[in-house]
Amino acid sequence: MSDDGSDPSNDDGSDSPSNDGQRFDRLPETAADRAVPGRPTREEVLAWWEDRFGIDRSVLEPYTFLEKGAGKVWIYRGEATDPCRIEALGMAFLRTRQEHWKPTTRAVSRFGRHATRNVVELDPAEAARFVAGEDQPIDRWDGDWGYLIAAHELSGDREPIGVGLYLHGELRSRVPKGSRTDVGRLDGEE
Amino acid sequence: MNPLERYLPLVDDEDAFLAACDRPLPSVVRTNPIAAAPERVRRAFDEEGIDYEPVDWHDGLFRLPAGSPGTNWPYVHGWIHGQEEVSTLPGLALDAQPGERVLDTCAAPGSKTTQIAADMDDRGTLVANDNNLGRLSALRHNAERLGVTNVAVTNQDARNLSLRPFPFDAFDRALVDVPCSCEGTCRKNPDVLDEWTLDHVHAIAGVSKGILTRAIQTTRPGGVVVFSTCTFAPEENEAVLQHVLESEPCELTTFDLPLRTEPGITEWDGETFNDAMKRAHRIYPHHNDTGGFFCAKLRVTAAQQDGSGTDGVTAR
Repeated sequence: MSDDGSDPSNDDGSDSPSNDGQRFDRLPETAADRAVPGRPTREEVLAWWEDRFGIDRSVLEPYTFLEKGAGKVWIYRGEATDPCRIEALGMAFLRTRQEHWKPTTRAVSRFGRHATRNVVELDPAEAARFVAGEDQPIDRWDGDWGYLIAAHELSGDREPIGVGLYLHGELRSRVPKGSRTDVGRLDGEE
Repeated sequence: MNPLERYLPLVDDEDAFLAACDRPLPSVVRTNPIAAAPERVRRAFDEEGIDYEPVDWHDGLFRLPAGSPGTNWPYVHGWIHGQEEVSTLPGLALDAQPGERVLDTCAAPGSKTTQIAADMDDRGTLVANDNNLGRLSALRHNAERLGVTNVAVTNQDARNLSLRPFPFDAFDRALVDVPCSCEGTCRKNPDVLDEWTLDHVHAIAGVSKGILTRAIQTTRPGGVVVFSTCTFAPEENEAVLQHVLESEPCELTTFDLPLRTEPGITEWDGETFNDAMKRAHRIYPHHNDTGGFFCAKLRVTAAQQDGSGTDGVTAR
């Protein structure tokens, strides 16, 4: 799949192709197409979103998935060469090559409205704490542990806020530092 | 000297022009239809107790009298983006369509890029280029916050833009919103008037000619190139267009903008410009209570390879 003539060998001198952190490589369709060890496949990505959040495959079908940076999967809906050495293609979407895959805040913000499970709905005060980056007890949750989509209601509909890590009755906000906002505090909520 | 004085011969009401340039601009947000329709944003503003005023010529724009939009739910969700009213005009002129291949030559920090992506329904290929890596990180932040997935970000000198990262050799449309002397933004940032020099105007106009030339060369025959600045300086506006009309296969086209504008000029400082310059739009602050702006629309008329003919050949 490397067609730019670059040497696909590892830094350690072994012959197997490896991830190149400086460029975007399209994910292989299935495990049978995989050339770079450890690289997730398109099939695994689609299956993961469906299994974890109930997001139908048809939602993500039009998109291309790429890896740049070990385990960092990007989502893109345009044309590009493969591989491609540019600054960005679409948005960072999913962290893989670790035991528990983790969606990005932006992925959840963009596609979380299609989720049908593992979405924890927060009340206004909880939502304000969550987007400020605070951890908080959520005793009522009796679903899966691990990465959840935190959402709240705004102008009549459920809207995803970001990714939370649920463990031992506590919802840990995973909103990145640069995106944390003191939004609810304006209304005098704690 | 106040550089605005050199433009007094161009405006209908000198006092109103100068007075408007002296007033601060209201804070304005554009709704992001990738994330929410204007109606839902309005409901959220009401729920949150945020004061807003509609902008009569664009249903996706709201003025926020209380200022910065940074700390409310619609902003957190990427439903809105702070963007000056006149800054939405080049996107309207470009009229990018879903599925097209579109170039934004000087894209950072991405207000116009994300507007174009929304016009494309986040489908097709939108190449957002900028030569400044630091400003590109702002563009990437904005694009991700607004949920844009069809943007490819490149860090090149737009005067020599290469299409190598892409499996096509021409764009359908290009936006050339060049760096400029920015007098039109004086209502936001009065420092631009103190820093103004004629040498800078001439230097930056030279860069603009290079960027616009390359954009025309990478756009297919029949394709559209929109050129815009936030300066009143004819050296950076009509003179740049005159240059490409003489050197590249393109023509100025007539188009409408939804607010009061004045035609481009055909004479400045002893120089005469093509009569078609009247098809460009000049936006003065006192006519619509906005910033100042310039916007022109070009059509590429012949294959870029031969560079000879300037008439006749149009759409495929």
